[in-house]
Amino acid sequence: MPHRISILVSVVLALAAMGTARTAVAAEPPSFRLAIVNHRFQPATLTIPANTKVKLVVENRDATPEEFESNDFDREKIILPNSRAVIFVGPLPPGRYRFFGEFNPATAQGVLRVE
Amino acid sequence: MLAIALLVFREVLEAALIVSIVAAATRGVPRRGAALLGGIGLGVLGALLVALGAGRIAALFSGVGQEVFNAGVLLAAVLMIAWHVIWMASHGRALAMQMQDVGKSVRTGASPLTVLITVVALAVLREGSEVVLFLYGLLAGGAGHLGAGLALGLAAGVTIGLLLYFGLLRIPLRHFFGATNALLILLAAGLTADAMAFLVQADLLPALGEPLWDSSALLSEHSLPGQALHVLVGYSARPAPVQLLVWLATALLLGIGMRIASKAAHRTHSASPQRAMTG
Repeated sequence: MPHRISILVSVVLALAAMGTARTAVAAEPPSFRLAIVNHRFQPATLTIPANTKVKLVVENRDATPEEFESNDFDREKIILPNSRAVIFVGPLPPGRYRFFGEFNPATAQGVLRVE
Repeated sequence: MLAIALLVFREVLEAALIVSIVAAATRGVPRRGAALLGGIGLGVLGALLVALGAGRIAALFSGVGQEVFNAGVLLAAVLMIAWHVIWMASHGRALAMQMQDVGKSVRTGASPLTVLITVVALAVLREGSEVVLFLYGLLAGGAGHLGAGLALGLAAGVTIGLLLYFGLLRIPLRHFFGATNALLILLAAGLTADAMAFLVQADLLPALGEPLWDSSALLSEHSLPGQALHVLVGYSARPAPVQLLVWLATALLLGIGMRIASKAAHRTHSASPQRAMTG
């Protein structure tokens, strides 16, 4: 069954890659905070450094779940009511990147300024 | 109401596109309808359970449980699709020939049905759990027109899925399984790249640098064609290098696997034509 073997090999390779990746990212990336209050982001504009991976801590203070989403920097994560979520972002080149709350897009709009 | 319908539509569309391709690819397999419905039923049940347990899932793996879970669901679907593509490489020709002969069902092993149920269930589970959480939030917030929005979004998403399905069925039988296999490989490559995006988001995998290109001005993933292409072939307007790398590796591995299986089947087939259909 050569195909079984090739699938197995690819899985093992993927796991090995993840293992090395874990050790390669030892340095803690800079952390930034964002809150969701009344279906709005606070602050609505957040500035982060360019060409750097950052740790985004998003706190949902509403009583309903929200999905943090960005097409511009390709992230999506559901954040449950009154809880916090960690999302790693970047490295990104300088620019303006939009993000939004998919469950409340009428109000939950924000911009990530990368500079 | 339109805002509700739009979100539901987006989620349903993603699942519907995947279901359509897998449903088309298992054409001619007996009891396919039952498997499809079973997969959808299991998926809806799974979506409810995932939504209920969202808090617990999120807390796993020191806060990145959601990403690990999503990546796991995507990779499980990829493995099932890979199995099917390789299975089809060894049985597809006989399948197409038999279908042309009698124009209906053929005797096959359990493989296509298992794949159909599993992939459909996983796709519905993943997108469905988001819809459940969204609707729960609306209920808690006291919003109206919930049922109408849900129905409208569901109907629109399913319609596009059906259009794709019946469009695929128009492909001549001679090329049919070749075409669905190619679509499945692109789908699997895209889903793998998606899984990698979740692992990067969780910091379990390095992005391997800045995004390779920015085609968001040309085709945004938020647009309907952009979103459809994202699901179907893994289109990303700003892909991380690791995503493209894994996309290519998946497509290549599946292509090679297909070729090996097809050659092996050809040998068995010419040796004893009866045995080829029973595997």
